[in-house]
Amino acid sequence: MADLSINFAGIKSPNPFWLASAPPSNSGFQVHKAFEAGWGGAVWKTVGPPVLNVSNRYGAWHYGGQRMLGINNVELISDRPLEVNLREIREIKRAWPDRAVIVSAMVESKPEAWYEIVRQIEDTGADGIELNYGCPHGMSERGMGSAVGQVPEYCEQITSWVKNAASIPVIVKLTPNITNIVYPARAAVAAGADGISLINTINSITAVDLDSFEIQPSIGGKGGHGGYAGPAVKPIALNMLSAVATDPTVAASGIPISGMGGITTWRDGAEFLLLGAGSLQVCTAAMHYGFRIVEDMCDGLSRWLDSKGLNSIEDVKGKSLNRVSDFKDFDLSFAAVARISEEKCIKCDLCYVACNDTAHQCIDLVSSDGAVVLPHSYSSRENGKDEAVGSRPQPVVREEDCVGCRLCYNVCPVVDCISMVEVPQKRSSTTWYEITQHQPEVTENWEAMNKYREEKGIEIH
Amino acid sequence: MTDAFLTDPLGELLPPLTTQEALVESNRCLNCYDAPCTHACPTHIDVPRFIKKISTGNLIGSAAAILESNLLGATCSRVCPVQELCEGACVLQHEHRPITIGRLQRFAMDAAASAGVFPVKMSSVGKGKIAVVGAGPAGLSCAGELAKLGYEVTVLEKRDLPGGLSTYGIITLREPKEIALYEVEMLSRLGVKVESGRELGCSLSLTELQKSYDAVFLALGLEASPNLGIPGEEHILDGLDYVERSKIRRSEVELGNHVAVIGAGNTAIDCATIAKRLGSNRVTVVYRRTDKEMTAYPHEYEFIKAEGVEFRFLSQPSRVLVEAGKVTGLECVLMQLGARDSSDRPIPTRISGSEFVLDVDLVVKAIGQEKPSLAKSLGLETERGYLKVNEDFQTNLPGVFAGGDCVRHRGAASTVMAVQDGKLAAAAIHKKLVNA
Repeated sequence: MADLSINFAGIKSPNPFWLASAPPSNSGFQVHKAFEAGWGGAVWKTVGPPVLNVSNRYGAWHYGGQRMLGINNVELISDRPLEVNLREIREIKRAWPDRAVIVSAMVESKPEAWYEIVRQIEDTGADGIELNYGCPHGMSERGMGSAVGQVPEYCEQITSWVKNAASIPVIVKLTPNITNIVYPARAAVAAGADGISLINTINSITAVDLDSFEIQPSIGGKGGHGGYAGPAVKPIALNMLSAVATDPTVAASGIPISGMGGITTWRDGAEFLLLGAGSLQVCTAAMHYGFRIVEDMCDGLSRWLDSKGLNSIEDVKGKSLNRVSDFKDFDLSFAAVARISEEKCIKCDLCYVACNDTAHQCIDLVSSDGAVVLPHSYSSRENGKDEAVGSRPQPVVREEDCVGCRLCYNVCPVVDCISMVEVPQKRSSTTWYEITQHQPEVTENWEAMNKYREEKGIEIH
Repeated sequence: MTDAFLTDPLGELLPPLTTQEALVESNRCLNCYDAPCTHACPTHIDVPRFIKKISTGNLIGSAAAILESNLLGATCSRVCPVQELCEGACVLQHEHRPITIGRLQRFAMDAAASAGVFPVKMSSVGKGKIAVVGAGPAGLSCAGELAKLGYEVTVLEKRDLPGGLSTYGIITLREPKEIALYEVEMLSRLGVKVESGRELGCSLSLTELQKSYDAVFLALGLEASPNLGIPGEEHILDGLDYVERSKIRRSEVELGNHVAVIGAGNTAIDCATIAKRLGSNRVTVVYRRTDKEMTAYPHEYEFIKAEGVEFRFLSQPSRVLVEAGKVTGLECVLMQLGARDSSDRPIPTRISGSEFVLDVDLVVKAIGQEKPSLAKSLGLETERGYLKVNEDFQTNLPGVFAGGDCVRHRGAASTVMAVQDGKLAAAAIHKKLVNA
């Protein structure tokens, strides 16, 4: 079995799955239970100044009968007294010396406030500190959380204060509510942070009640933006992770990155690792199903590593980063077409309508005698399952017209039914960047572009 | 409906879907394009459209989508052999469970009924008066479609209650009569007038109808069971009458220690179910061919076996044994199957000397219905005994159309086929009158 243990900026944990700083890590009771279930670490719910919470706190996005594809919250940092949190952190660390216990913190933007909280946290024996620069609601109105995370200079300043005071590793948690997440990441590096974690929650309004017209969740008739998390944010998190991990400044520093944002299964976790994450934080999935989910996260990840001949998390970390590129560097001559497996196809014709209505009209319905037929071509007197099933045409891709958009592949409900097949290139490889360098006129006026297409045999239909 | 299900042995077999069940099931539908379920439905209800409306909580819109293609959507959702039609064609057939289309349709129709609405788009393009003879599914469908177009429609029904077989002839556990009667009430909201006690050939003359109306649609249905031609036949109960009693006059349903049901079609299954569920000790279905040839749907055969009903295949009744006016047995003779007949079923022939007696004390026959007997006297041409109609459901008489079981000389007769006949005939009548 592959070794799942990690050493993240000097913080050791038996597996890469940590509870993110959030409601699941709000108390000693919870973290103790999570460690019993097998979690490798926990980032304690943010400690800091006194707060008061509201109800209702959580909104969610449900879709197609599936619950909580995304959750948002207007819950604040820990509302339990600081000394209670610190006492429980100390107890947990003593009971679980092999697990990573990191404490998230957020205090007023004054050096003495940060020095004091660092001292208090270090005194518990915790393994590290995570600086919460991400909370998008409530705390930001008080000049903390994302109010810091959105200004790289503030990030750097506060991180420097903390680094001056701290002897344990300092992780800077970034907000996604910013135009370019790379800037605050560089600020963290410049201030000497030991690690970066991302993403915090995204500004959101999840729903409006169609009967009361109230924003959901409704807090006495009012609602507002809250931090969005869960499966729905994973693609955004992966993009931000790859942007930070491939940034030359960040990469050169060698700073480790703790990835989070929608990690629900080991598969999600593996993708974060491939894009450079060195530890994985989870909140929503635990809030949906409880701490037990970590069992398959570890089991599945370990078996997958074995199947790939990889021995450790370090072996897989960042393995896909060399694939991260930009449009200008893509090979414009690479060609793939969709192919439908007639054996697996159940003839739902979702590929047909998607292609025909919204893509490139290159899927035909072919009857058993090979003729291309139109949909709805049966008579009003024909009926019965045998007739309906027996006469149903087969969707077939007209490969010469397929642009390889991959829409049909994405809508097909059957596993491995539609595949995107690489076909021989019709011209030599080139990129948009190369064209801008060698034939800039092609990128600037349509006449030159048309001529270029004619020369290269590029047909747009 | 749930209470009835719990307390009445003949109460509706399937409980209504809960809102939660309907939501989960409607979300499971793939929303196929040019969906095979829609193709398989004789009335071509846009199944994915009404199902997706359930998933968005647009239940009245869902009922409207159903009614657009089938005004008897509530009846059809209950009585359709969905395994042979929409659900049988569902693309989720093999690796998954097909979508329970029938129950979702019932959910949407029930929702509209609870809201007291019958969402149908009306128009006033049609001008004229139409007479429909027979208030069964074909007649009601035709009447409703024509009323939708703006025609003044009168349905003339010989029985006390409208609804035809939906009211009288389909076992309550599949369709309570209240559903059929509610549908008629909804159609009357569209302007359809229903007059009961009007029988063609008695209180009604076809010639008069032709004179007073712009078109006549005959939805006569079929007659009683044919005679078996065996001694003691007068002691055999008629299957459709047996079902009718169970729906309308429950206290008059006769039960026995051991009941024989002759025939193996859907009505025979219904009779056997009634006899068994209302308390007969044993029920035996007697059929001259085998389970491979029986006309009951496979799912009904499975159902009745699970009810504990027994079968005697390759057995033909030859005599009802009667003592002191009471049935004491049914003598049968064993059969063997030979060459195939015109309906491609093997012809059974008697094995002489193989007589045996079933010790039954009640005999019910459900061996199909006689063909429409009025045809000759009304001057209507027939085809294999059924009314002869062209592609437009028009008979040989001017302005007289016909549809439903009375014209069904090919294929299996079913409620939904009758509904489609009525719909297509209405379109043909409209076309004819507009172009006249």
